[in-house]
Amino acid sequence: MVTGYGAVTPLGHSVDETWTAMLAGRSGIDTVDAIDVTDLGVRIGGQVRGFTPSRYMPPMVSRRADPYAQYALAAALEACEHAGLVVDDRLAPRVAVIIGSGYGPVGSIYRAANTLRDKGPRAISPFTQVTTAMDSAAGEISMRLGTQGPSRAQSTACASGADAVGAGMRMISNGEADIVLAGGADACVTAVDLAGSGNARALSKRNDDPTAACRPFDVHRDGFVMSEGAAVMVLEAAEVADRRGATALAELTGYGASSDAHHWTAPHPEGRGACLAVEAALRDAGITGADVDYINAHGTGTLLNDAIETAVLHKVLGDRVTRIPVSSTKSMTGHMIGAAGAVELVASIQVLRTGDVPPTINCDEPIDPDINFVPHRTQHHERIRIALSNSFGFGGHNAALVVRAV
Amino acid sequence: MASNTDILNALAKIVEEVTGVDSAEVTTEKSFTDDLDIDSLSMVEITVAVEDRFEAKIPDDRVAELTTVGDIVSYIANHR
Repeated sequence: MVTGYGAVTPLGHSVDETWTAMLAGRSGIDTVDAIDVTDLGVRIGGQVRGFTPSRYMPPMVSRRADPYAQYALAAALEACEHAGLVVDDRLAPRVAVIIGSGYGPVGSIYRAANTLRDKGPRAISPFTQVTTAMDSAAGEISMRLGTQGPSRAQSTACASGADAVGAGMRMISNGEADIVLAGGADACVTAVDLAGSGNARALSKRNDDPTAACRPFDVHRDGFVMSEGAAVMVLEAAEVADRRGATALAELTGYGASSDAHHWTAPHPEGRGACLAVEAALRDAGITGADVDYINAHGTGTLLNDAIETAVLHKVLGDRVTRIPVSSTKSMTGHMIGAAGAVELVASIQVLRTGDVPPTINCDEPIDPDINFVPHRTQHHERIRIALSNSFGFGGHNAALVVRAV
Repeated sequence: MASNTDILNALAKIVEEVTGVDSAEVTTEKSFTDDLDIDSLSMVEITVAVEDRFEAKIPDDRVAELTTVGDIVSYIANHR
């Protein structure tokens, strides 16, 4: 069961703010101003703006924690409040934390390297080993909340958030934990990442029109938009949620993961791995493609992803894909890399709870006229019971999650 | 030549910057670990910042002896 969630995104510092912006079709993408982008080919991104660490953590923590870990901690605190979860001495040993991240504390790693070069080894803080570690988000959350079950990172590029939730679901089903705080976080709107992904020709170069840059499933798309954020959710066994008197928001019923075994940045041309992951998730949920009512697509806005994902959906869901809404909230958030899968699962659950389907903005000329990509404006649909959320990453990592209304 | 008060004020500012402890709390009789609740990793950062600020070197084997705010102030006053 999912009993609570929290999010920090370019659209807002909570699930409510993010969801409201999604339903309004508002873009969180803008010209990057937190770093010097003068020399970069790509100068747009989805930044978390106006984030005030002191609202969530003491200065000791904000000083040592990379923004990716700060976002994750803020999202985890919101999720616990939402779920009414207080980790007391009795619960603590049975509560785990799994935070996915594609790139982790990259900004801090670059800064440490520059400090070493400019000021020498004496100037390297003893916290550097903590700050620049991939597990620092999970560690900060565990220390803050006092959770004593396993806490760890999960890194599978853009699938990290979905894989972390899937791993958390498995920890509960195999009895390793009763409650798992699972999600994803990334803060990779950095010059190195914009240059690297830009040089890989994966990013949109629509620098002059940032809000129109991310156009999933549109004929004129030209790449994804680098973005940052976090989402964390509280997963718990149904009987544990019952005992606590917690309200279930949705049931997490299926998880599937796979690898393309093909190329570092390009998806397999037939979507081999993506098919495997979606099929595995449906099988795990005990359903077929014909049971799916809504798809929150990976939908990055790259030429290859959107074409191949569309083909995969036709193949796995058959006719069904032409009768249900399929949207990409990345059109508004940009691609939050390791956070994407977690934020998008939160959006999928919000769809189950409200029947409101957030749009794919900028989808002016859909690449597949048979599919309802929910262009431009939110649609309300009755009887959405089951949602599928896809996440496909660099390195050929694929993950899919299925959630069911309660 | 900086007076002990100047050294104390600068040290208090560094402690606040590194740990978030209010600089007004940083008074000579306070122990870093027992009174100000500052951990060993933060102490390393504070020591390095103090050394840079006063262009002094506190040898590693002396650091452990300097347990109070006043200890560091006197060390700096006597060794720069």
